[in-house]
Amino acid sequence: MIAHRAARPGTAGQGRGSSQAARILVGAALVLAAAFYLLPFYVMVVTSMKSFAEVSLARMWALPSGLSFASFAQAWQGNPAHGQRGLDANFLNSVKLTVPATVLSAWLGSMNGYVLAKWRFRGADIVFPAILFGMFIPYQSVLIPLVQTLQRIGLYGTLQGLILVHVVYGIPITTLIFRNYYATVPNELVEAGTMDGAGLWGIYQRIMIPLSPPAFVVAAIWQFTSIWNDFLFGVTVTSQPDVQPITVALNNLAGSFVVEWNVQMGGALLAALPTLLVYVLLGRYFMRGLMAGSLKG
Amino acid sequence: MMLPSVAAIAVFVYGFVGWTGYVSLTRWNDVLPDYTWAGLRAYRDLFDAVRFRIDIVNTVKFTLAFLTGCLGLGFSLAVLLDRRTKVEPVFRTLFLAPLAISFIVTGVVWRWLLNPGSAQLGSVGINLLLDRAHLGFLKTGWYTDPRIGILAVALAAIWQLSGYTMALYLAGLRSIPDELREAAHVDGAGDWQLHRYVLIPLLQPITLSAVIILGHISLKIFDLVVAMTGPGPGFSSDVPAFFMFDTTFRGNHFAQGAAIAEILLVLVALLTVPYLVYSTRTEVER
Repeated sequence: MIAHRAARPGTAGQGRGSSQAARILVGAALVLAAAFYLLPFYVMVVTSMKSFAEVSLARMWALPSGLSFASFAQAWQGNPAHGQRGLDANFLNSVKLTVPATVLSAWLGSMNGYVLAKWRFRGADIVFPAILFGMFIPYQSVLIPLVQTLQRIGLYGTLQGLILVHVVYGIPITTLIFRNYYATVPNELVEAGTMDGAGLWGIYQRIMIPLSPPAFVVAAIWQFTSIWNDFLFGVTVTSQPDVQPITVALNNLAGSFVVEWNVQMGGALLAALPTLLVYVLLGRYFMRGLMAGSLKG
Repeated sequence: MMLPSVAAIAVFVYGFVGWTGYVSLTRWNDVLPDYTWAGLRAYRDLFDAVRFRIDIVNTVKFTLAFLTGCLGLGFSLAVLLDRRTKVEPVFRTLFLAPLAISFIVTGVVWRWLLNPGSAQLGSVGINLLLDRAHLGFLKTGWYTDPRIGILAVALAAIWQLSGYTMALYLAGLRSIPDELREAAHVDGAGDWQLHRYVLIPLLQPITLSAVIILGHISLKIFDLVVAMTGPGPGFSSDVPAFFMFDTTFRGNHFAQGAAIAEILLVLVALLTVPYLVYSTRTEVER
């Protein structure tokens, strides 16, 4: 910061010289760091563009000789002759699971956040942290009863069961996001609504919902990313390959010895693409969810 | 209006945690449930088990490496990016990108990067890069080397989550008024002293929340181990969360799995509950 200011024109020559050196050092450090963060993405993209003939180990860092989408195609469709399943059905499962679970948990979170922010009821100081604790627990501590309960109600091994699980365990973070957002809505708006004779629901529907789109975007992006990326619930609740979400299928694909590296990397890229796209397009909102997760509002 | 959510959390979080606690006190170590009371036997057996002891040591190693890496790298990157330049958003976006992808993808890619290669095939991945850079002496077996094991997993985890600490620190640095830096400068503090004696102490609350958030992630680490290494040679990359899953759903030792889960839960609660109570209370006062 200070070195930067000293570099303005008109400052002493010596100061400029040393800040120039400092700037080059900073730049070099940043480029080095960037290389570290890019490395896995580079290998993932480059390897998945190669044909099997080209995936020789000695050339793994080299660029492919041409664009080949054969690895993606094989990761997507599978290779039945070698008993390798494609990821296409699992990608679709993840979509069918993530979209409703995201919408439902965001909606529940908005109702909770509204009540907690605008209707201080007795015990709210205990209920709020008690709900939030649900996002920190190691899910291993609920898996055994969860499996038994889902089996009993007939939802074990189904996408509906997995949706239910993600909606319930998504409540804490969405409640937090909406509570913090609604806390910034002036209380006068609620009072005005009360004066007009609107009750709990009326104020929610007519005043809060129209103000909510920014919070919905933050909560939805957060939930989309975490549900899409979930592995533990997916692997515990679904055992049939045709019901499993993409993370579980990718792990099976990568764990099988008959599958080549280029196909594995193609599959990894397919699994990463939706959330990466959301991040690149809506990064600002992604950041807000991230900050909310550390309870910093 | 909150009733459905409160009921769901009461059952799915608190009810299930209690149920798991009950399972951990039974003899249920087979496919079929057996709720015969066994007291603390599962816990006693667990602390005698070699695998669990290794897991605890691994968790400590992983946590130390992961926290040091994320805090050190995150803070350094935040300081480097604090100067608002034109390219800053590009770097920031890149450093945060790994947060958007799943641990499974990270694990699959890093397993390839840290593949040790073999005598017949020669070097692969990072080892090959080290060879090319004439740094061959740095080559190791990574996750196949029992002495490193879990630390290779920590490297991938640092890659994935250090951007998070960078973002926290960057937000913190930018909330510190410029006047303070100028005052320190007037008092004759150089860049190093400014950071050491002014900025780092001011950023302490951020360091604390980063330690709590990352610490609880490291206690729960599971997906990355599954995708990257599995338990490794001699359990050198095994962790409690993986042991729990393995013994419960593959070995049908439900009481043992429940006991591991409850121990993890208590550790996470010790770390997060004070923070949770403190944060929600100060928020109400604000």
